[in-house]
This record gives sequence, structure tokens and C-alpha cells, in this order.
Amino acid sequence: MTLVKCLVWDLDNTLWQGTLLEDGDVRLPDEVRAVIVELDSRGILQSVASKNDHDLAWKKLEELGVAEYFLVPRIGWGRKSDAVMGIARDLQFALSTVAFVDDTPTERAEVNYHAPEVRCYTEQDVLSLIGLPEFSPEVVTVDARRRREMYRANALRTEEQESFDGPDEDFLRSLDLVMEIRRADDDDLSRVEELTLRTSQMNATGVHYPDRVLRGLLADPAHEVLTITLTDRFGPHGAVGVLLLERHPGVWRLKLLATSCRVVAFGAGTVLLNWLVDQAAQAGVHLAADFRPTDRNRMMEIAYRFAGFTQDPCVCLAGIGDPAGGDVQCLHLVTARREGPATMRLLSPDLTVATSI
Amino acid sequence: MTDRTTTLTAEDLEKELAAYLSEKTKTEVGPADDVFASGLVSSMFAMQLVVHLESTYDVAIIGPELKIDNFRTAQVMAALVLRLSDEAGDA
Repeated sequence: MTLVKCLVWDLDNTLWQGTLLEDGDVRLPDEVRAVIVELDSRGILQSVASKNDHDLAWKKLEELGVAEYFLVPRIGWGRKSDAVMGIARDLQFALSTVAFVDDTPTERAEVNYHAPEVRCYTEQDVLSLIGLPEFSPEVVTVDARRRREMYRANALRTEEQESFDGPDEDFLRSLDLVMEIRRADDDDLSRVEELTLRTSQMNATGVHYPDRVLRGLLADPAHEVLTITLTDRFGPHGAVGVLLLERHPGVWRLKLLATSCRVVAFGAGTVLLNWLVDQAAQAGVHLAADFRPTDRNRMMEIAYRFAGFTQDPCVCLAGIGDPAGGDVQCLHLVTARREGPATMRLLSPDLTVATSI
Repeated sequence: MTDRTTTLTAEDLEKELAAYLSEKTKTEVGPADDVFASGLVSSMFAMQLVVHLESTYDVAIIGPELKIDNFRTAQVMAALVLRLSDEAGDA
């Protein structure tokens, strides 16, 4: 069952009761409002495809207090299939992950004719949508609950970047980026797991750490599990990185460093590595990093190498045991203090003081 | 050898690479200017830089050669490219 990522609503006699341009006044039943809020909390995005006067209809959605839930709405007099396909394109979703709900059989047929992958529902289905498996993701992460906010922020960000013609560094500074590195707690773990599964490109070791294993490591004073979130003036990027570190006398071993492809362009990987190098230098230890080259993580290798990691031998490596698997290399760095990033503000714990939660 | 680097002098290469860096960073970059000193470069750009050198000059930059000191200026990048294509030619 393919999950629905975006539900597109008709307005008259589907989302609300009545026809706006005929009745003037329309009513949004509390049960329908509850469906909108529930789908949003599950990370399912929502939009509108309605044949209506745009300004009037949008004003009504604002009055009803639900306008904020709808991204890239299409309200006008064009074909509904064009509206639905346009929404899918704007959100970069495959049509097979988009659903459409409309009370008019002709409209559903028209959408079905031009976009057969789109799943169509009637006004009578509205209240039961939240009970359907295609609207019920198994795990709802913190990021999923904020997905709408993240999409909106991303649209604004892209728009601004396209119209910006100064140096990239100046653009980055203009974003007011804030990176927060924190010791993970129970709540952070589902996001961490999603990241290690998803971000193959920047996952240095390619080793997946299941929820159970990471929970075990949270309680282990020899390990640090850190999560990284990024925010800028447009809004949150969500959880964008995870780092797993093992403490040894004289050396910290980086067992996992994964960052989301979404934030690579902001230099997040480099900022993170530099911070870690600086922390290790303050603690008076070297750094070792597990690394398995694949055809997809070359950027990570470059990030390590440019940060100064080499494969040179060092006495500190004698006590840390073998790397995670046969083809995993051990990269090593003699640490020295590093300056903080010029392009973002960093909020971070002090790793030189070991704590366990 | 049909490799185009055989017909390029170090000076040509330096100019070409400085022009590339200027375009990418949208700032004027001279052959001896250190593009990494300002912290100006993201890991994305480092990646672009490595891939650009490899695809334009038909060299493979791997392992120990990926150190930042090989990429700081147009001059040292030109030297790296010439050295790697010489080694490939000798082999």
C-alpha cells in the first residue's frame, strides 16, 4: 500500500457545506476540521483544487482558520486534473502518492482520466480517511509532524536563492543559519533511525543502527549519540544529521556520521567535522573515523580528507579494535583547535565532559 | 598521448583554474589566492572542485591526494593535475 503524501481537497460541499458563490455563507463541520488537523499531524500535506473565485475562497479558508494547512493551492476555473498535477509538481511528489477528494463525479472522472495514478475519494469518504491504511503511516516522526512547515520554508528559501546573485557564502550568511548539536534523548531516536536509513549519500560507514541498538548506546557512558538540527530564518530543516562516537583513552572513534543531502550545500558536514575536531583537541585526544568507500559517499570521503584525516598509522589506534567490517577503512587525525564556522551559529554540548543520561 | 594537458603549460592551467574559481565563488580569485583560507568553501564545493579537475583533465584524485593542501590555490591545483597526468603517462 503506497502511503498518500498529499491530499488535494475540493471546497464546495466537500471540505465545507454549501457553495460559496451561491450561498455566500458556508459551514466547516468540526469533524472535517478534525480530519484536516489529524492528517497534518501525521505529516500528510494538504492542498486545494477548487473551481471558485480565488480571493473569496482563500479569504473564507482564512476566516475558518484552516488556510495555513494548505500548500500551493489551485483555486480558479481551470481543469482539476491540471490543478492536481501542478500541485504534485510543485511539491515534487509522484502522482501515485497524491489523493484527491471531490463531491462531483465528473471532476473525479476528469482527474482519473488525465492522471489515473491519483487516488480519488468522494465527500462521503472524508470522515473515514483517517482510518484508511494509505493515510496511516506506521511511524510519525517529529519531522513528519513539522513537514508542512518545512515545505513552506523550503519554497521560500529556493525562491530567495534563485534571486540572489552575490557569493554563496554571503547568501549562507543571509540565511541566519543555526545548527544545534545535542545529546540524543528518547524522542530524538526515531528521527535518527530515519536518517541513517535515508541518507545513503552522506552516511560514511553505510552501517545502519537500529532503534534498539541506539537506545542501548544512549545509556552507555562510552558512547555519545548526537543529533543535529538546522534552522534558518525561513524555518526549520528538521533533523539533518546524526553522529555516533565511542570514547577510548587517547582517541575518539567516529562510528557513524550521516548528514541529510538536503543540507550538504550549506556546508553542514564540514561544520560538524570541524566542531568535532575542535572538541577532541580540547579533550586532548585524536580522532579515528570508520569509513567504507561506496560509489555514493565520495562527498563524505572528501569531507574527511579535506578536514585532514589520513590513513597514516598511529599508536592511538592500537586499543580501539577492528573497524566495523571487512572493507571499512580507519581514517585518523591528530587534532588541533579549530575556529568556529563563519556562516552559521552553533549550539553544542561540551563533549570534554562525559555524561550519561 | 592525446591528453590535452600535454599541450597545456602550468601557466595556462593556473589561469584556467583561477577563472573557474572566480566564476564559482563569484569573487575575483588570483592564481595564488587560497580559496579555503576564508572558510568560504562548503563540502559541496570541495566535491565540485574534485569532480571538475577529474573530468576536465582526465585524472583520478584518490586517497592521500585528496588533502586540502592540494586544492588551496589555482597554482597548487595546476601542479597536482600536471603531476597526476605525468604519472598516468609514465605508467
